[in-house]
Amino acid sequence: MKLILTMIYEFFKAGLFAVGGGLATIPFLKEMSDKYGWFTQELLGTMIAVSESTPGPMGVNMATYVGYTTLHSYIGGIVTTLSLVAPSVIVICIVARMFEKFKQSKLVQNVFYGLRPAVVGFVVVACSGLFVSTLLDVPAKTIKVIPCVLYIVLYLVFTKVKIKEKKISPIPVIIISAILGILLKL
Amino acid sequence: MNLVKKLVQLYAAWFKMGLFTFGGGYAMLPMIQNEVIEKHHWATEEEVMDYYAIGQCTPGVIAVNTATFIGYYQAGIIGAIVSTLGVITPSLIIISIIASVLTNFAEIEIVQHALKGINVGVCVLMTASILKMAKSNIKDTIGMVICLTAFVLAYFLKISTVWLVISAGVAGVVIQAFRAKGSVK
Repeated sequence: MKLILTMIYEFFKAGLFAVGGGLATIPFLKEMSDKYGWFTQELLGTMIAVSESTPGPMGVNMATYVGYTTLHSYIGGIVTTLSLVAPSVIVICIVARMFEKFKQSKLVQNVFYGLRPAVVGFVVVACSGLFVSTLLDVPAKTIKVIPCVLYIVLYLVFTKVKIKEKKISPIPVIIISAILGILLKL
Repeated sequence: MNLVKKLVQLYAAWFKMGLFTFGGGYAMLPMIQNEVIEKHHWATEEEVMDYYAIGQCTPGVIAVNTATFIGYYQAGIIGAIVSTLGVITPSLIIISIIASVLTNFAEIEIVQHALKGINVGVCVLMTASILKMAKSNIKDTIGMVICLTAFVLAYFLKISTVWLVISAGVAGVVIQAFRAKGSVK
């Protein structure tokens, strides 16, 4: 019981202080490993690898993994994950309420006039690593030919082809690219 | 009854977004554009950018912050909670299964091939999403300059996005103030 309470506390804390998304939770997990020995550094590596290779937000995946392995039950995963997201839900509900009130004010509009283009820049930065590692062979200073061809073909299909006047949704693109990855042994 | 229907819609939509997002956070953008903006009209491109900007400076996972934001505006606090539960449910199920039986999941060969394929797919979706997002959020030369500056500072100088968000907000206010002055004849 004490273990569960400690975990709730630690994950709530991580949820409250990890600013900037999923990757920001990793230092908190490292600290938990050092402080409580719930899992080894080696297992942390595995957890990061699994979290990156499964769907869903990384921070949430890692919280579930730690909760499950430490308490050996589904309940553990649920408890840690809920503790991690609880601060977000509370903070965002408060912010959303304030934002609704001040949204129409000239000042807030001007702030977001500057912010929106900047966020476009951040999104490009956030996915630049994925683009580089997927399409380029950095040590050899060349492009990865098969992924690049696949990228161009899929892009043209996704943006140009319409089925019954409707654009293709992202889901079939993910499924088809997974199948192609297996078939082409990427 | 309407509330129940709305909550079911929110849960289902965010469940779907959680299930088909690899990498989390920004990688969810294509799914958000498809589900939230185009299908349900719960927010506009500009509003999603606003939520991202706020989500960047508030604690927590960005995908969860965005889900909470959109859920809150659709159905209040209960909407926020239901959307968040929706986006985390696929993770809970999938990770619990992997942690119990497939601890070597990431090393399985077929999984690695599939993931490399998915990465290409995510690049495709992100390219389309970024272009669309840029079109609706960069409206003038100043916007272009802000976007490029933010990119350079974050990518090459690795300046924390929290500071950049604050600076971009201040820049917006200053630029608009100058503009207002300039327009007075």
